[in-house]
Amino acid sequence: MTDLLYTEEEEALRAAVRDLLGDHCDAAGVIARTESDAPHDLRLWKALTDKMGLAGLLVPEGLGGQGATHREAAVVLEELGRAVAPVPYLTSAVVATEALLACGSDDLLAGLSQGTTVAALAVGLHTAPGAAFPSVRLEDGRLHGELTGIADAAFADLLLVPADDGGLYAVEAAAATVTPQVSFDLTRPLATVTLAGVSGRRLGDAAPAVRRALRTGAGLLASEQLGVAEWALTETVRYLKDRKQFNRPVGGFQALKHRLAQLWLEVVNLRAAARGAADALTTGEDADVAVAVAQAYAASVAVHAAEEAVQLHGGLGMTWEHPAHLYLKRAKADSIAYGTAGAHRDTLAGLVDLPAP
Amino acid sequence: MTDAAELRRRTAELLAAHPPAGTDPLDFLRARFDAGLAWVHYPEGLGGLGAPRSLQAVVDAELEAAGAPDNDPRRIGIGLGMAAPTILQYGTEEQKRRFLRPLWTGEEVWCQLFSEPGAGSDLAALGTRAVREGEDWVVNGQKVWTSSAHVARWAILIARTDPDVPKHRGITYFVCDMSDPGVEVRPLRQITGEAEFNEVFLTGVRIPDAHRLGEVGDGWRVAQTTLNNERVAIGGMRLPREGGMIGPAARTWRERPGLRTHDLHQRLLKLWVEAEVSRLTAERLRQQLVAGQPGPEGAGMKLAFARLNQEISGLEVELLGEEGLSYDDWTMRRPDFVDFTGREAGYRYLRSKGNSIEGGTTEVLLNIVAERVLGLPTEPRTDKDVAWKDLAR
Repeated sequence: MTDLLYTEEEEALRAAVRDLLGDHCDAAGVIARTESDAPHDLRLWKALTDKMGLAGLLVPEGLGGQGATHREAAVVLEELGRAVAPVPYLTSAVVATEALLACGSDDLLAGLSQGTTVAALAVGLHTAPGAAFPSVRLEDGRLHGELTGIADAAFADLLLVPADDGGLYAVEAAAATVTPQVSFDLTRPLATVTLAGVSGRRLGDAAPAVRRALRTGAGLLASEQLGVAEWALTETVRYLKDRKQFNRPVGGFQALKHRLAQLWLEVVNLRAAARGAADALTTGEDADVAVAVAQAYAASVAVHAAEEAVQLHGGLGMTWEHPAHLYLKRAKADSIAYGTAGAHRDTLAGLVDLPAP
Repeated sequence: MTDAAELRRRTAELLAAHPPAGTDPLDFLRARFDAGLAWVHYPEGLGGLGAPRSLQAVVDAELEAAGAPDNDPRRIGIGLGMAAPTILQYGTEEQKRRFLRPLWTGEEVWCQLFSEPGAGSDLAALGTRAVREGEDWVVNGQKVWTSSAHVARWAILIARTDPDVPKHRGITYFVCDMSDPGVEVRPLRQITGEAEFNEVFLTGVRIPDAHRLGEVGDGWRVAQTTLNNERVAIGGMRLPREGGMIGPAARTWRERPGLRTHDLHQRLLKLWVEAEVSRLTAERLRQQLVAGQPGPEGAGMKLAFARLNQEISGLEVELLGEEGLSYDDWTMRRPDFVDFTGREAGYRYLRSKGNSIEGGTTEVLLNIVAERVLGLPTEPRTDKDVAWKDLAR
């Protein structure tokens, strides 16, 4: 039976991550960073990885990791989502790590699990598990081509690149040209990766590795979306208790109370769906359905929560200074990341025998 | 502490002493109650063993495997889900001994006399009067939305015993004998065509003071126990995947390819996902209760249940196309129990309209979530310090 709760250890992990983010990741700092040349927070990444060893949760102990499970990684992502933390946890410690695990590239996993190496899977962030993805050309043992929409590539040391021979190649980021794109989500920036005759090391077959990586990414993204939605709900409720108009707290108006209660119901549902996906990825039982259900549901909740936060903060919600927009941008980008809700519903149609006309 | 092994041992003893094949069903149920295996979390002597509630499943599985009769819980849902926990919490020892055994075995059906034509969401404004006369209370008034009243032996009743104090303080909780000559039950036909509910007219009904539950004037607090249990009973059922209203809709989709359209496909998939997520939420709530960490999530289950039932059954009627224009039967009937998924899609659609009204309307429950879970300001309470007799009506 699926375990949908949090263990004591998981709650302790959450508390530790939340503490650390409280010290290292305040909203004003995140906003300022988005306009700098270094949108990613290296100091925070070091604290999460050096001090806490969080990048190695999914890597077995024998390979230098923590030997934990997707359940713990999901808890970390909830907290990172709650802080819209600009670190490559989902992309490197989850998605790229899963691709390397699938390829059995044990020698590369040590660096990733310590956080000293940051890797990015060079597949567009919008790609759903099982969907087709572009590759680069392999000519005379060298890689040529351009891949766009690669999340966190600008912060990566190592790129995992699919090539047209069906292989997945490890490429030093220094050997590629990585050009930041102007990204909708300021805290998970995308980049274009251009390879002009670069040599790489073939790790294994791309298709199964990418599929596994994206399925895990999609499943655990739901926990990040839960964190985003929880921040938006909690912060909006807090604000509406405090904000007064017409000589009373705005949160006392029934029209707003009902909207927030509805949102709370959605967040409660999302928690169950996200825990279901994390647990299914851990046990391997029914994981395709659990991931598709979570992703078919999560985006609408996170986006709704962030949109309500903007609307119910009134004019304040429209300002650059208030962090609500960071959450709106993350929530909206997450609704496309690793496949839209619609793409996951299409997957479900096949999985649970509800075929299209 | 009674553990699973001990319960299995006791269940085996019960089955050995009263083999289901050769025992009258009622005798078996009485023996089960007396063995403390009826509801194991109840106290000893009252059908239980003071065991954890979660262990009931152990007993139920053993008895089901042995082909033992059950107490047909659908028929006695109000007794099991609402009257029993209230009697357990507030009843005297004598009341518990008198009422709980025949309630559980199904010998005596219970109904609930709470809502009135003038007191729906504002239940505490109820106007049915109970006046003390010697050792009795004399009750006059009208109740409504009373399922099972036509088959019930007993009712849980709240009535006004003091009109001169604010509404919440002047209510007292009683057990009412439905065979009293002053009780008149009339069927109340509803939009499905049947009369699952009744109107109950109370004219000079005499209730002995010994059938009062809790203190005089404390009936509102006692009723909270009943109502909280009602919402748990309505929203907290454990279901397998596709176990609820989505099941028949998904089966129709699979079995009738000719009905499929692209628009309906997208809507069906969305609702399938929501039903599955709602099922996971209910399961998570159950796991929290078993782990002894009850969360506030229960407050939302009934809201989700109501909305999903309505949307899914609405989609199903549309999916049926030409057949959706027909209805199975408008004949006025008085069913003994409610079955939300029973009958055809048109019935399910109409019956589920009640899901967002019965047991607390969606609008009131959203207020409760906003105020008690999110801590938002409460609604203005202009009636808080006004005597009941002076309220606008």
